Amino acid sequence: MTRSRARYLSYIPLVLLSFFYLLPIYVMVLTGLKSLDEVSIKTMWDFPRQLSMANFAVAFDELRPYLWNSIKLVIPSSILSSILGSLNGYVLAKWKFKGADIVFPLILFGMFIPYQSILIPLVDFMHKINLYGGIPGLMLVHIIYGIPITTLTFRNYYASIPNELVEAAKIDGAGMFNIYRNILLPISIPSFVVVLIWQFTQAWNDFLFSVVLTSSRNWTVTVGLNNMAGGQIIAWNVQMAASFIAALPTLLVYIFLGKYFIRGMMAGSLKG
Amino acid sequence: MQNKKERVQAFFMVLPSILAVAIFIYGFIGWTVRVSFTSWKGMIPDYTWVGLQNYINLLTNDPRFQVDVRNTLLFTIPFVFGTLIIGLISALLLDQGLKGETFFRSLFLFPMAISYIVTGVAWRWLMNPATGARMSGLNLLFSKMGLDFLNSSYTATPEWGMAYIAIPAIWQLSGYCMALYLAGLRAIPDEIREAARVDGANEFQIFRAIILPLLRPVTLSALIILGHMSLKTFDLIIAIAGKSYALDMPSIYMWNTTFDGHVYGVGAAISILLLISVAILIIPYLIYSLRKEAQL
Repeated sequence: MTRSRARYLSYIPLVLLSFFYLLPIYVMVLTGLKSLDEVSIKTMWDFPRQLSMANFAVAFDELRPYLWNSIKLVIPSSILSSILGSLNGYVLAKWKFKGADIVFPLILFGMFIPYQSILIPLVDFMHKINLYGGIPGLMLVHIIYGIPITTLTFRNYYASIPNELVEAAKIDGAGMFNIYRNILLPISIPSFVVVLIWQFTQAWNDFLFSVVLTSSRNWTVTVGLNNMAGGQIIAWNVQMAASFIAALPTLLVYIFLGKYFIRGMMAGSLKG
Repeated sequence: MQNKKERVQAFFMVLPSILAVAIFIYGFIGWTVRVSFTSWKGMIPDYTWVGLQNYINLLTNDPRFQVDVRNTLLFTIPFVFGTLIIGLISALLLDQGLKGETFFRSLFLFPMAISYIVTGVAWRWLMNPATGARMSGLNLLFSKMGLDFLNSSYTATPEWGMAYIAIPAIWQLSGYCMALYLAGLRAIPDEIREAARVDGANEFQIFRAIILPLLRPVTLSALIILGHMSLKTFDLIIAIAGKSYALDMPSIYMWNTTFDGHVYGVGAAISILLLISVAILIIPYLIYSLRKEAQL
């Protein structure tokens, strides 16, 4: 009796927490929907007198080049990242070479470092190999610094697949690469989804690498948005609409493929 | 029983990644360490050796760096504890198998999918420090509700500013913490609770004496993960306050010295100090996690 009442009471804090989590989104959408003559900050919390898509239209126009840059970056980099992670994970789970037990933790440490500690050489190096300023260089950087997390996710997945499966294939005469292609690859679709989503989100949301390594023509959406919000030129309700647009791709991925996103997130804390 | 040729093939398959990590992570860290031992200032590389001078200056003689260290603590404490507490409470609330659990869980976690820059733009307006006629955001909301005493500003007092800025960080990561705790709670067998109930323990006693101790490993990993994120905080502050010095942290200082001021020697030293503080937290955790996994 008391336990069931406690269960109902649980909804009070849950609903309050929901308000807290929704607050920034609420402000973004509400403000974004106001017409241009309602820009006054005094009326920030008032409902729009009439719904208008004008801010979203202006914001989309402003963001369009950056959105396009982000798309050009994110799609190839997350695909290449997951292929690389899959190959690494396969070898580290099923073909341990001498020293693999030392190599793996050294790779993993790479996902925790503050990137500030590699930025100075990175900029220099990108200049030297002529990849500074553009999207391909940024792509390379996302793929390389994504190696730890992608390798970890795939390694954990392949480690959970019984060795007998691999051994049996070997007895049948299958080679190292064929075992991967014919046996493990077809059953690793879920891990591919996890890693693709994770790398997509990471690269889309990244700010530091993009701001350091790209010239203004190639800015990604986070840098474009931050620049827009830092200036005085763009009205604040357009900024709000712009930030909602910038959030939308990863938000949609989360809404539709949340389960896989959470798995990637848990892998990042070394909790498979 | 693996044959030698295939083992070599396997090694060559991971070799590009190993080389990439060796160069882009360890090689570059080494390079940064080298820069940190120099007096390089200006656009042209200058590798004049000054030994530990940059580090000594930062740690003993640089007021801005000392403020940054203090700010990091002032930010980390409310951020980590706020996130842990909200994460634990929401996990406990959701562990009862309530109707709508999936909905709440998804809602609490969605900030993890959004960039700090994006939410920072909204928080910048929510936490706008302007007062009087230009008052906006949360302060305006509190005023309208007659809760003026809650009005805050991150520029008024730097000490409280850092704690205030922890709110958006808590917003961003408490759902993640909830997910960690929820996984921990779900791993506790129901029999343990049932047995305690049979023995006459009430729900609070069960929580204190059984659940909380069993969650200790989760708390420890959450503490370490959040702590190291806190040390690295950069995007959030840039998005909310720009490089306004109002909310300075080592990562911002590193940016200013390196990319605005071109004092590369000092910037490199700051980043290496940041790396050392992260390593102190992460390396034991990494070793512990991998050992535990090997035991399974």
